[in-house]
Amino acid sequence: MKDRKEIIEIKNLNKWYGDFHVLKDINLTINKGEIIVVCGPSGSGKSTLIRCINYLEQFQEGQIIVDGIELVNDVKKIKAIREEVAMVFQHFNLFPHLTILDNLTLAPVWVRKMPRKEAEAMAMKYLERVGIANQAHKYPNQLSGGQQQRVAIARSLCKNPKIMLFDEPTSALDPEMVAEVLDVMIELAREDKTMVCVTHEMGFAKKVADRIIFMDAGQIVEENTPEEFFQNPESDRLKLFLEQILSH
Amino acid sequence: MAIYEKKQERKAPSSTKGVTFWIRENLFSTPLNVALTLLGVMILFWIVPPFVKWAYINANFAGTTREDCVSGGACWVFIRMKIDMFMYGFYPSELRWRVNSVYGLFFVLIAAFKYLKSPLVKIALAHVYFIVGFFLVHGGFFGMEAVPTDKWGGLMLTIMVAAVGIVAAFPIGVLLALGRASHLPIIKSISVTYIEFIRGVPLITILFMSSIILPLFFPEGMSFDKLLRALIGIAMFEAAYIAENIRGGLQSIPKGQYEAADAIGLSYWQKMFLVILPQALKVAIPNLVGVSIALFQDTTLVLIIGLFDLLAMVRLSAADSYWLGYETEGYVFVTFIFWFFCYSMSNFSQKLEKRFNTNLR
Repeated sequence: MKDRKEIIEIKNLNKWYGDFHVLKDINLTINKGEIIVVCGPSGSGKSTLIRCINYLEQFQEGQIIVDGIELVNDVKKIKAIREEVAMVFQHFNLFPHLTILDNLTLAPVWVRKMPRKEAEAMAMKYLERVGIANQAHKYPNQLSGGQQQRVAIARSLCKNPKIMLFDEPTSALDPEMVAEVLDVMIELAREDKTMVCVTHEMGFAKKVADRIIFMDAGQIVEENTPEEFFQNPESDRLKLFLEQILSH
Repeated sequence: MAIYEKKQERKAPSSTKGVTFWIRENLFSTPLNVALTLLGVMILFWIVPPFVKWAYINANFAGTTREDCVSGGACWVFIRMKIDMFMYGFYPSELRWRVNSVYGLFFVLIAAFKYLKSPLVKIALAHVYFIVGFFLVHGGFFGMEAVPTDKWGGLMLTIMVAAVGIVAAFPIGVLLALGRASHLPIIKSISVTYIEFIRGVPLITILFMSSIILPLFFPEGMSFDKLLRALIGIAMFEAAYIAENIRGGLQSIPKGQYEAADAIGLSYWQKMFLVILPQALKVAIPNLVGVSIALFQDTTLVLIIGLFDLLAMVRLSAADSYWLGYETEGYVFVTFIFWFFCYSMSNFSQKLEKRFNTNLR
């Protein structure tokens, strides 16, 4: 298992919300170290797709295999997968009753049983990397949106995940703060981590993505390298989408 | 095209500050408010001076018999002579130091809480306090004379019933609230049934049930202490209300908090106790203190199953043929004691809210 190339395998994934068919026959293989950007109009199922990868959403049909572990409704397997998959949310979802430092050390101390001193040292290291070590003892609501999202990224790094999922990490930010978060993400992309980002930041996609996936109405419509994706879009739906988001 | 200079900051105009401004704005802003202010002042004028005259200026404080009450005002001599009964009921007077030391230990506990950090140690210490407290008051070991619970009474009983009621009900309430929010159908329906059943029954019924009906189910000759039965009844009753208040808090927590806790790999119990409950309880503080205040007042109901709390002791003393006619003093005294405790609790609640407020901006 050590040197298998693919880290996430999604096979014939189908999901319904009640009678609504949100994900239709999704097939996707992601290799170790790959940077994938998922884009598409709202309601196309892109968030739902990446939320299935760490089982925040359950699915009815198909198979997801993360780093050799098949995702089924079994507490131990879910736990094992969540150990390796970190997620950054659109609305940060920091814990408002804990300081920044405690937000970061919570999982290492309680899940990995790391001694507090050690966990704090590690947390400070990651906070330094995202450039907010000086805010460690403040509470989340005292920070700006961009700072909070950087803390959220640091928090997800604290479990040293193999896979990072980003669910529209910049959509809730003021325009002035988007850059600081993207900078951190670009920095991460240079490393060995596998990243799956749902985002509308096409500049980011062009710069770091290995592959871009375009989704519409619950299915993958097109999948390509950034150059091909932007220069030679094939489907009409993607052409229309690109026209609309790049026209301004 | 125009470019503007940077503006200096200025102080707010002084006409919007100060005492006169406040009075004008809050008391005399409209004709209706003027009328209400005057009415309020009149009512105060009508009530306060006569009360002060009765309770203080014309009152009798000194003396030991009812003959000392001559001046026509309140006869506080009655309270002074009966205070031991109000405070301890029929608890033997030579053993009252045991009750007092439990009060004293309470302050030791509070002081220890200030210095302790780990919540687990705090919870453990509070348990130790309750156990030590019970054995001190009850006695019956280490050569200490046992004082059966039917001798307990007065304020001491009131405080004990309220404190044990709340402390015992709290963990049950938390579990019920979690049960009600659970996705597991059996646990959920058990919690809902329990909560809705208890909330549909008055406390007085529960007390009757625990003191009269419950013993019918016990085997012949086996009997539980009356106070213990009442405490179990009260704790079961309060648990349902606490659960509903905590549920209110749980519902105010955004879904993202659950997802973030899941995503960083916390287990269900870790998620609940480290992330969700601390926030939910913070939201529920005002309501939880409300429940505690209501319980403190509801303890007076234990009279009907034959336990003598503070109010019952006052009634009993006022019916003493020697002190006949001094109910008013007794009830004013009880009112003051109840007000003091309830007001302290609500003050404490505001302090807690401030302390746990992390939405600093």
